[in-house]
Amino acid sequence: ITCLVMYLFAEFDDAANLLAANPDATTISIDEPAEIPKNQHSRLQEPGREEDDELLGTDDSDKTELLAGQKKSSPFWTFDYYQTFFDVDTYQVLDRIKGSVFPVPGKNFVRLYIRSNPDLYGPFWICATLVFTIAVSGNLSNFFIHLGKPTYHYVPEFRKVSIAATTIYAYAWLVPLALWGFLMWRNSKVMNIVSYSFLEIVCVYGYSLFIYIPTAMLWIIPQRVVRWVMMVFSLCLSGSVLVMTFWPAVRDDNRRVAVATVATILLLHALLAVGCLAYFFDAPELDTPAPIIPAHNSTGTTVITKSH
Amino acid sequence: FPGLADVSISQDIPVEGEITVPVGSQSPDDDYSTLDEPVKDTIMRDLKAVGKKFVHVMYPRKSSALLRDWDLWGPLVLCVSLALMLQGGSADSKDDGGPQFAEVFVIIWFGAVVITLNSKLLGGTISFFQSLCVLGYCVLPLTVAMLVCRLVLLAGAGTGSFVIRLIVVGAMFAWSTLASTAFLADSQPPNRKALVVYPIFLFYFVISWMILTFTPQ
Repeated sequence: ITCLVMYLFAEFDDAANLLAANPDATTISIDEPAEIPKNQHSRLQEPGREEDDELLGTDDSDKTELLAGQKKSSPFWTFDYYQTFFDVDTYQVLDRIKGSVFPVPGKNFVRLYIRSNPDLYGPFWICATLVFTIAVSGNLSNFFIHLGKPTYHYVPEFRKVSIAATTIYAYAWLVPLALWGFLMWRNSKVMNIVSYSFLEIVCVYGYSLFIYIPTAMLWIIPQRVVRWVMMVFSLCLSGSVLVMTFWPAVRDDNRRVAVATVATILLLHALLAVGCLAYFFDAPELDTPAPIIPAHNSTGTTVITKSH
Repeated sequence: FPGLADVSISQDIPVEGEITVPVGSQSPDDDYSTLDEPVKDTIMRDLKAVGKKFVHVMYPRKSSALLRDWDLWGPLVLCVSLALMLQGGSADSKDDGGPQFAEVFVIIWFGAVVITLNSKLLGGTISFFQSLCVLGYCVLPLTVAMLVCRLVLLAGAGTGSFVIRLIVVGAMFAWSTLASTAFLADSQPPNRKALVVYPIFLFYFVISWMILTFTPQ
């Protein structure tokens, strides 16, 4: 990866100077030269191709010199290096969460909200909350489903917390790693205008998981139809955030590769949701009324009721 | 000093005056003398410090005593007693039982470390061990809640006892969160307070959940 960084820095020397991104060994940010590291939410991009050709106006050129010096890069073994990934305020985190729940068609989540300031606070704590929400909600829903049965003894099912934690953190970190590696590899073959750094991809995935937190809480309702409707709804919302983020990054590529990439992203996302629903939440019992089978025999009618 | 080059000090002008030396410096002898005190005094002094911190947690005021003289004895005692009381639950042969001793221990200490790192990364000015100390001591209300729950469960495990346990655990959870927020809030940057308080809320929520779902055999 260090060789790749050196190569790309040689290629985009001016851009790197303007951007003053963290020139560390593990992440690179090779946005187009016009991208300015800003923390304000002032600019809205027009949909379509224009969002890639964000032109550098002359009034911003002096700002870039000022802003270029702001992000100090420390070596990765110091504490200050990691502090740069937590450089967000409360309102910024809330804005990013809002942007992941209400995706605006045509607006790219990374360009609009992250804007070269990816944070690790959101992904980490959203994943932690999701882990505990799924475990607690699953436990509660199983309790309500099996309540009243004479053979049922409540157990807290604490093992499922560690299983949930492993699954969700693996998804939120390994899938972005694979996607970033894949995008880097494609970038070396086809020059894309839009590309993301590893932390930006982690950020998008982390914030896109937020919608599953209220969904998991609503999955306590023991109705199959309700659960599947909630799942499809949240899948659409978070899937659309991911698609709108990654489609501009692959659309310059071969058509089939682009479609296959986006389809894989969505498939993995759906797999996570379906897997969580299937494993942590027991199937609700079918709510059939007890069938009454009258036995026609000579001694009289015997009513046999069958109930689960 | 060129202007004073021609001034010569005569050898035979006596120098007089008074110099007052502050009479300090007998306290180092007192400090070292704790080596000679009876062991009971040493232990009682530490126990009193821990006890005073317990009182500070139960009646949280903005005092800096908890922060200044941090120690980790109290958190250790609380963590071990909470983990011990959470044993003897549905720890039958099935795997899906309650948390094991090691799991409770790891959750409390690892959770406290992660929250401390989080607050330091967001720019907090509190030191690492001070924050661990506060988070550990504020587990005290939840330990009291666990004690109450076990006593209530001795009387019965029906719906009434569940309602009582829910109210007690809920109240103690609120108390823990408010106490730790009262101690830690001042050291955070002002526009990131919510970002620091939320993980503390999650931490005590998880501990409360473990306490509430404790079911005896």
